[in-house]
Amino acid sequence: MHYEAIVIGVSSGGMNALKIISSALPGDFNIPIIIVQHLSAHSDSHWINLLNEKSHLDVKEADEKEKIEKGNIYIAPPNYHLLIEKDKTFSLTIDERVNFARPSIDVLFESAAEAYTNKLIGIVLTGSNSDGTKGIKRIKDCGGLAIIQDPKTADSEYMPKSAIAAIVPDYILSLEDIVALLIQINQQKR
Amino acid sequence: MRYKDTSDLEISLLLEAIYRKYGYDFREYSQAHIRRRIMNRMSASGFEDVSQMQSKVLNDEAFASELLQNLSITVTEMFRDPVFYRSLRENVIPVLKTYPFIKIWHAGCATGEEAYSMAILLQEEGLYDRTTIYATDFNQMALNRAKDGIFSNKMIKEYTSNYQLSGGKESFSCYYTSNYDNVIMNQSLKKNIVWANHNLVTDSVFAEVNLILCRNVLIYFDKNLQNKVQTLFYNSLINGGVLCLGSKESLRFSDLYEQYIELDTKQRIFKKKY
Ligand SMILES: C[S@@+](CC[C@H](N)C(=O)[O-])C[C@H]1O[C@@H](n2cnc3c(N)ncnc32)[C@H](O)[C@@H]1O
Repeated sequence: MHYEAIVIGVSSGGMNALKIISSALPGDFNIPIIIVQHLSAHSDSHWINLLNEKSHLDVKEADEKEKIEKGNIYIAPPNYHLLIEKDKTFSLTIDERVNFARPSIDVLFESAAEAYTNKLIGIVLTGSNSDGTKGIKRIKDCGGLAIIQDPKTADSEYMPKSAIAAIVPDYILSLEDIVALLIQINQQKR
Repeated sequence: MRYKDTSDLEISLLLEAIYRKYGYDFREYSQAHIRRRIMNRMSASGFEDVSQMQSKVLNDEAFASELLQNLSITVTEMFRDPVFYRSLRENVIPVLKTYPFIKIWHAGCATGEEAYSMAILLQEEGLYDRTTIYATDFNQMALNRAKDGIFSNKMIKEYTSNYQLSGGKESFSCYYTSNYDNVIMNQSLKKNIVWANHNLVTDSVFAEVNLILCRNVLIYFDKNLQNKVQTLFYNSLINGGVLCLGSKESLRFSDLYEQYIELDTKQRIFKKKY
């Protein structure tokens, strides 16, 4: 299967999880990755720079109307929802919070599922709320691949458990195994 | 059951119907955004598909205006992005001080918090008495609330903190009186604000102004519409006038980028060239 994008939703405990994933992916990884990490509305972009320094890929905040390109890891800016258009560009909104969150994982996942249909991989990682559950369900319903972090290996098990309760995931894996799987999928692609 | 995707065609027919019947033009808004709002309304009202909802929209004005509310996002704050207001004080107030009369346009003012923030700032800088603030939106319900100037006191803690971070010079509580669960903004803040219904997509230039704030409105538009509205702003600004966009909005991809100089790149403050 030729996957065209990967979306990741992560909340509490996410900094560490994202560090592991972004530093382990090789420079020739050519599926774009788009991430919602729950953060406070006023957080700055310092941590993105840190991730970027340690990654072989370009880690950056997603810009409004930006075209989604391979070789990049995009992060939703704090206090905005991030959506994907069918022409594979980003939109930002300041609509009401969803699941008490802005950015919301569900908002990203649902729009991504509509834009990429079955060419999308959705990943739900550690977190202590149920944001992402509806979104991962939509991804499955549109034919995409669902990967959930093994709750036993997550800092906060609530979010992965909530996702597992709602769908039959394709994979339930530790962070290290998620990375290995993504690398394998990327190699099949070439 | 597999998820049945609503086709783009159904949605664009609905937008066409809204435009033809009511004159509100959402055809060049961000599609992902519009789709999300329409699907939410559809499931909340229990419609099976968009065409069913479309006939309701065409035959029931009350429902249509409810849907219009769903498509207009009035989320706002006082002194939203305090660093932006700090930059206004430092970089824009000195420009305004050079004018005998000042006209300011808040385009997409929602429920008015941004315009009241501006009135407070101008009072503190001694400029309010020679200023007229035009605060416009296409959402009449939001404008009515803005006019009342009554806000829930649940937000006051956050607004107070925003105000202080923005470089406010007084105690924030001197700008309102409390009344049960609400606060009422001071009459003296309202006196030079003109609230008016104006649609950025379908209405034209209505005044020449020294300063335009249009924050978190253009993110909802597609590129083409953004460019059209930027032209409207350009034509509404006097030479040397200032344009302020939201913190994630950019002029860089606009055809008019060359016609401005950046006063504060990060806070998206631009000055129209002479
Ligand atoms: C998210 S609010 C932004 C409020 C405020 N400027 C801020 O940044 O906090 C967006 C506002 O733009 C208004 N708006 C959207 N489309 C418009 C149009 N075509 N003409 C005028 N106002 C519009 C909406 O009604 C809403 O009140």
